[in-house]
Amino acid sequence: MQDMTPINTAEASERRAIKISAKEVTVHYGAKQALFGVDLDIEENQVTSLIGPSGCGKSTFLRCLNRMNDTIDICSVGGQIRLGDINIYDPKVDVVELRARVGMVFQKPNPFPKSIFENIAYGPRIHGLCRDKSDMEEVVVSSLQKAGLFDEVKDRLDEPGTGLSGGQQQRLCIARAIAVSPEVILMDEPCSALDPIATAKVEELIDELRENYTIVIVTHSMQQAARVSQRTAFFHLGNIVEEGPTEQIFTMPKDQRTQDYITGRFG
Amino acid sequence: MSPLWLLAVIFIVALTGAILGRSRAIGAVDGEVSTLHSRPGYYGSYVFIWTAIPAALFMAALLIAQPFFNRSVVHDHLFGAYESGCQRSLSFGKSNAAILKAGDENAPQICRDWIEFRDLETRQDLVQGVVRNVADGLALLNKDELTKLRAGLVAIRPMMAQKGIALAEDVSAPIVSAAYRLNDARSRANFLLYGGLGILLLAGFLGSYLRIRPALRARNLVEANIRIALIIASSIAVLTTVGIVLSMLFEALNFFDHVPLVDFFFGTVWDPRFQSVGRQVSSEGGQFGLLPLLWGTMFISLVALLVAVPIGLFAAIYMAEYATRPIRAVAKPMLEILAGIPTIVYGFFALVTVGPFLRDAGASIGLSISANSVLTAGFVMGIMLIPFISSLSDDIISAVPQSLRDGSLGLGATKSETIKQVILPAALPGIVASILLAASRAIGETMIVVMAAGIAANLTANPFEAVTTVTVKIVSQLTGDLEFNSPQTLVAFALGITLFFITLGLNVFALHIVRKYREQYD
Ligand SMILES: Nc1ncnc2c1ncn2[C@@H]1O[C@H](COP(=O)(O)OP(=O)(O)O)[C@@H](O)[C@H]1O
Ligand SMILES: [Mg+2]
Repeated sequence: MQDMTPINTAEASERRAIKISAKEVTVHYGAKQALFGVDLDIEENQVTSLIGPSGCGKSTFLRCLNRMNDTIDICSVGGQIRLGDINIYDPKVDVVELRARVGMVFQKPNPFPKSIFENIAYGPRIHGLCRDKSDMEEVVVSSLQKAGLFDEVKDRLDEPGTGLSGGQQQRLCIARAIAVSPEVILMDEPCSALDPIATAKVEELIDELRENYTIVIVTHSMQQAARVSQRTAFFHLGNIVEEGPTEQIFTMPKDQRTQDYITGRFG
Repeated sequence: MSPLWLLAVIFIVALTGAILGRSRAIGAVDGEVSTLHSRPGYYGSYVFIWTAIPAALFMAALLIAQPFFNRSVVHDHLFGAYESGCQRSLSFGKSNAAILKAGDENAPQICRDWIEFRDLETRQDLVQGVVRNVADGLALLNKDELTKLRAGLVAIRPMMAQKGIALAEDVSAPIVSAAYRLNDARSRANFLLYGGLGILLLAGFLGSYLRIRPALRARNLVEANIRIALIIASSIAVLTTVGIVLSMLFEALNFFDHVPLVDFFFGTVWDPRFQSVGRQVSSEGGQFGLLPLLWGTMFISLVALLVAVPIGLFAAIYMAEYATRPIRAVAKPMLEILAGIPTIVYGFFALVTVGPFLRDAGASIGLSISANSVLTAGFVMGIMLIPFISSLSDDIISAVPQSLRDGSLGLGATKSETIKQVILPAALPGIVASILLAASRAIGETMIVVMAAGIAANLTANPFEAVTTVTVKIVSQLTGDLEFNSPQTLVAFALGITLFFITLGLNVFALHIVRKYREQYD
C-alpha cells in the first residue's frame, strides 16, 4: 500500500520510529463526549496532518498531546498517549516538562505584548535553558533563523512583537516554540488567519522543520495537507475514520466518508 | 390645579390622541397595516408628541416665567404705593420725598418703609415674602370676609391667623394692596395657562391627527423627536457640570481678590482665623496656605493606596484566574458590597475601632500613635478603595485574550509565571488606570477623613500624627451660619476647584490609558 506512489517510496519503505502513540483516547467536555477512542501513531520527523469537518475533534485531539486540555476545567481525558516511553497522562509526569518537549502553535498568532526578543526568550527563560545573556542571544537568533524570520526583524528585536504583520507574528510564534527545543510541535490551523503569501512561507517553514522536529498540524485546507504532510488522519465525529500516507489518503481513500470529504461533498 | 395634575391631564389627553391616531392610521388603510409607511404605533406616537410636547413646553415656560413676572408686578406696585403714601404723609412744602435719607428717625413710618424698600435688596425680599403670604391668605377668604376686610371691619392679621397664615407684623396698606394685585396677576396667569393649554392641546392633536395618511412618514418624524429629547437630556447634564464649575470658579476668583494666588498655592501655613461677625475682615486676618492640606490629602491617599493596591490586585487576580465559577459568583458580589457601604460608616469604623486599636497597639510597643492619624484614615480609606481596584482590574485581567494564556501555558509556563510575565504586563495599562481612578476617589474622599484624620493642618511626614485634608477644611470652613463674603468662607471654593482640577486630571489621564488599552485588543 505504502509504496504505491513513486514520490513517497523512499520515505515510506523505511519504517520510521513512532514518536507519539495514542491508544483509545476519549475526551469528555463535561457530559459531552468529543473523542470516542482515537488510535493514532505519529511518526518521528514527519508532518502528520489532521483533517476533517469542523467540530469533529481535531483540536481536541491535538490539545491532548501536550495536555493543554488540562487548562479547561470541564475537560477529562481517558485512554493512553505515549511520548517515547512515558505515558503523558501518568500523574507523575510534569506538565511543564511535557510542554517543553511538545510545543504548540495556535490558530491565531498570539505574540505576547513584549518585544520580539522577549517573545522568543520567554520559553528558554522559564525553563532555565540559558546560562547567560550571550547564550540567550544565540538561542533567540538561531530560533528566528530557523523560523525564517531573522532577516526581516534583525534590526528591530526590541520592538513589540504585536507590531509585526500576521504572517510574521505566526512565524514569531513558531520561533518561540522552537526556542525551547521541543521534540514535537503541534500546530492548530496555523495558517487560517494568514493571507496566501504568508501561508506559503509558513508551509515552506514547516517543511524545513520536519528535519529536526516531529510536527502535527490541524488544517482545514486539503491542499495544505497535501503540500506539507507525509501522513494524514481523517477525523469524523470524534473518531479517526482513516489514517495513512498523505498520497494514499488523497489519491485512493479506502473509506467512502474520506472520499466524500476530500472531494468536497461535505465539511 | 397643581402642575403635576396639569401634566397628568396633558398626558391623558395625549394618550387618548395617540390611541385615536393609531386607529385612524389603521382605518385609513382598512386594516392592511403593511401598506402604511410606518407601523401603526408610530402614528400614535406622532400624535402623542404633537399633542403633549408643545403643551408641556408652554406650561413649563409659563411656570418658570410667572414668579419673575409676579415679582415685578408686586415690586412696581409697592414702589409706587410707598412713594405716594410717603408724599401724602409729609406736610406740604417738604413734598420731595427724595431728599429723605435712610435712618431719618423723624420721618413718618411709611417713608422709612419706602426708603428701606428702595435701597435694601434684603428688605425687598422680605416684603415680597410677606406679600405672597398675604395674597395666599386673601385667596382663602370668601366673599363675605373679603367685604368685611375691605370695609375695615376686621383687622387683617387675626383674620389671616384664622386661616392658618401667620404674619410676623401688622401689614401696612401698600402691602395689602400689593397682595390684591398679586392675586389679580395670578388669576390672569392661570387664565392664560388654562386657555393656552387648551388651545395647544387641541391644535396639536388636530394638526397631527388630521395629517395622518398612509404615506405619512411617522417613523421618521418620531425618530427625529427622540433624537431631540436625547440631546436635551445630555445637554442638561453637560450644562450642569459647566455651571457648577463656573460658579466655583467665580467664587474662587472672588477669594483671590482677598488673598494673592501665590500665598494660597505656595503658602505653608493654614491658619484662616475666623473673625467675629460684623468686623471688617482683611487679608491679614488669616493665612491660607494650601500646601499643608494638599500634603495631608496626598499622604493619606498614599497610605490608602498602599493598602488597597496589593489587596485589590491580588483579589482581582484570584477572581479572574483562579476562582472557580461558583466561588466567583459569590465572592465578586461580596467584594462589590464593600463599594456600596456609605463612607460615613467607614468613618465610624475608623473612629471607633481602628483609631483606638492602632493607638493601643502603638502604645504597647512604645509608639505614640494619635487616635486621629494618617495611618488610621489611610488604612480605612484603603479598605474602602479595595473594590474599586479589584473590580476594574478583574474586568481588565479577564479581558486579556485567552490566546495569550494558551501561548504561555503551551510553552510550559506555570500558571503563576503566566500571570506574572504575560497577563499582568498585558493588563498593566488598565490596572494603572484603575489605580488612578482609585486615587482620585481617595483625594476627593471626605467623610472618612473628617472623622479619622483630624483637623490640624500639619506638614508632617510622620504617619502616626494627625494631618488634615483639603476636603476636611472645605467642610470646616463652611459649617455653620455664614455669609459668603469673607476669605474664610470663600477659600472653600478655591480649595474645591483645586480639588476638582486634580481629580479631573487624574480621571482624564486614567480614561485615556484605558481607551488606549482597549484599542490594543479589538
Ligand atoms: N472548551 C470546550 N468546552 C466544551 N466543549 C468543547 C470545548 N472545546 C471543544 N468542544 C467541543 O468538542 C467538539 C470538538 O471540538 P474541536 O476539537 O474544537 O473540533 P475541531 O477542532 O475539529 O473543529 C465540538 O463539538 C466542540 O463543541
Ligand atoms: Mg479546531
